[in-house]
Amino acid sequence: MSDHKNKEIDKVSGVETTGHEWDGLKELNNPAPRWWLWVFFITVIWSVWYWVVYPAWPVPGGATEGSYGWTQYKKLAAEQQEIHDRQKAYLDRFKKASFDQILNDQELYAFAVAGGGAYFKDNCATCHGTGGAGGPGYPNLNDDDWLWGGDVDAIYETILYGIRSGHEDSRISEMPAFGQDELLAKPDIDAVVDYVISLSGSKEAHAGNIEKGREIFANNCASCHGEDGRGLREFGAPNLADALWLYGGDRDSVYKTVFNSRKGVMPSWTGRLDRETIRQLSVYVHQLGGGEKRVSAASEDVKPAVTLPEDAGETDSNGHAGE
Amino acid sequence: MTTAEVSEAQSYNYEVVRLFTLATVFWGIVGFAVGLLIALQLAFPDLNFEPYLTFGRLRPVHTSAVIFAFGGNALFATSYFVVQRTCRVRLWNDGLAMFTFWGYQLFIVMAALGYVLGVTQAKEYAEPEWFVDLWLTVVWVAYLLVFLGTIMKRKEPHLYVANWFYLSFIITVAVLHLGNGLSIPVSWTGAKSYTVFSGVQSAMIQWWYGHNAVGFFLTAGFLGMMYYFIPKRAERPVYSYRLSILHFWSLIFIYIWAGPHHLHYTALPDWAQTLGMTFSIMLWMPSWGGMINGIMTLSGAWHKLRQDPVLRFMIISLAFYGMSTFEGPLLSIKSVNSLSHYTDWTIGHVHSGALGWNGFITFGALYYMVPVLWGREKLYSMKLVNIHLWVATIGIVLYIAAMWVSGIMQGLMWRDYNDMGFLEYSFVESVMAMHPFYIIRALGGVLYLAGALIMVYNFYRTIKGDVCEKEYQSGGELKGAVA
Repeated sequence: MSDHKNKEIDKVSGVETTGHEWDGLKELNNPAPRWWLWVFFITVIWSVWYWVVYPAWPVPGGATEGSYGWTQYKKLAAEQQEIHDRQKAYLDRFKKASFDQILNDQELYAFAVAGGGAYFKDNCATCHGTGGAGGPGYPNLNDDDWLWGGDVDAIYETILYGIRSGHEDSRISEMPAFGQDELLAKPDIDAVVDYVISLSGSKEAHAGNIEKGREIFANNCASCHGEDGRGLREFGAPNLADALWLYGGDRDSVYKTVFNSRKGVMPSWTGRLDRETIRQLSVYVHQLGGGEKRVSAASEDVKPAVTLPEDAGETDSNGHAGE
Repeated sequence: MTTAEVSEAQSYNYEVVRLFTLATVFWGIVGFAVGLLIALQLAFPDLNFEPYLTFGRLRPVHTSAVIFAFGGNALFATSYFVVQRTCRVRLWNDGLAMFTFWGYQLFIVMAALGYVLGVTQAKEYAEPEWFVDLWLTVVWVAYLLVFLGTIMKRKEPHLYVANWFYLSFIITVAVLHLGNGLSIPVSWTGAKSYTVFSGVQSAMIQWWYGHNAVGFFLTAGFLGMMYYFIPKRAERPVYSYRLSILHFWSLIFIYIWAGPHHLHYTALPDWAQTLGMTFSIMLWMPSWGGMINGIMTLSGAWHKLRQDPVLRFMIISLAFYGMSTFEGPLLSIKSVNSLSHYTDWTIGHVHSGALGWNGFITFGALYYMVPVLWGREKLYSMKLVNIHLWVATIGIVLYIAAMWVSGIMQGLMWRDYNDMGFLEYSFVESVMAMHPFYIIRALGGVLYLAGALIMVYNFYRTIKGDVCEKEYQSGGELKGAVA
């Protein structure tokens, strides 16, 4: 039994106990540490000040507004305005500029690359990869192998309307499914596949098939892919002689392409992204590595502004941080 | 011990405490292992197995297993142990106490099966559907009755501080569970139900519950553990009775307001966010009161830390408690929260509390209780306790350091705009940047789990009656049990 009569002095600390005991446990009668109390009081005082200056207590019909007049919606609007202003410094001029002007103006060019890079990673990277390197079925945008054209206008049109996207202005073409639709017999497909892969020097090609394949190619494929198999951009028909393959260049993959056809789809970005964003994206993709000179401006010797302002150069390298 | 004390000890209901102790160890291993698996799933998504073993279904299995199964059974075990010993009386109603054991295990199994099969309310830390909630209510009322019944027939005139904390935990968790669990079943024969709250009210109720689950389940309840096992193991009186009163009442009064800090910069009105934040700041010292009282209890007995790894577990747990209860108010400040919210920093914060504080104080209590409960003179091996301590500590440090770096990096990447007003990084780039830290975190989990398995082996040998004689002969200073 324990009681206040049992108060004793703890030998180690010299402090009195409370006189209670449970299962051998006792309590010293030390006061609460001063610093502990003071810090607690300070947090309370600070909180009361905070209630005065910020919205804090519910009252009939709403809540106290606080003397600062602060709300999270005002804070959001101010922060959005700041970002908006940063863009606006360039955007007004950018809107009025043609592609030629943008490509020749260091500042506008840097702006387009910075904006295009940001939007690319949020919208395009899902298929084309963060660095634009693509993957099976998704074109690599870093090389100079373009299906539909690699000058900035062609890229702009591709992004604007997409490919086989269902948009009325979409780029459309369709390769026949030569096997599935029984346009060619299997031995003929074998032959034409051997010929096609021989164009880029594949060792998988059966030499005995190549002559036969050449004839089949001329009759069935050359109208889109060209006599020499180097492709025709007006049909989005790939160059078959450059050893760059969208769906794989091994014999099996090419056989599947000829047998079933391939119909890759890219969405139309009209209505999802605004015009200026799509123009920024066009310039960004154009400068990834394989951008071609504008057809219309070819005689004017237009060069992209290759020397970027320092901050834009930094943006560019960060934009590829994920590669 | 005097003969009277021995006969008292024999009259305590240790059977149910032993069962809860074994359940604590068992669910601990399950919870840690599932945690390791989901950490690896985040680092290597191929480890998701559709549909039952995906991250989305296993994450609540992990959180419920460690909080409610490991932590809950530890609270049952220690509260039944402590209330008997400090009231000097056998548990009230053996049958009801045994019902709380089997009833609680059934609750855990029903909840976990539900998560894996896709039966969930989708409320964080309160995922079980309505029928499981109702069952838990029955079990919890029984728990309250057993605890209160024991207190009412106590042979000590006063109530020891540990019991205040246990009682506040039991009562408040009941209130939280009932408030947050209010829902309407779609039919009496189906599992699906809908919560009665909607929109931002639903979010507010959820985080009133969620935050106070931390406050009363993982803080108040475990402080009860701390207040018994630390002075007991250190064989020293509690440092300050007055501090224990002050921090107890300030803690339970202030904690209940802090929930809105989980909803900064959302549809929750500004005034509610302010209250959540300021009460979190005011909560700093009330939380630290428990740490101060625990650590200062060692004054005059610091040398015991060198000799006793069990006591070391308990004191390191207080260090982690102090760290995470400082970090909590810090994270509740709106400008800090705007960086930390939705990032891994939160995950790191939670785990410094869960692994460091809840885990370590539980390990300390278990190492103390197991020899007493099974009537063994000492633990099989103190060396193994020490190895467990260091392996687990390194595991925690790897875990929380990785999450700090990863979380702050994430937050900075998300908010980074360049001079021209464009986002510098896409979301997926922040995910890619986190990958190495996810691997380090998983490594921390491996160590923590390995430490717990060492403990299981130590308990197995101890309960079997083995003693590592060589170790005790050479290190004469080491102690097995002090009870």
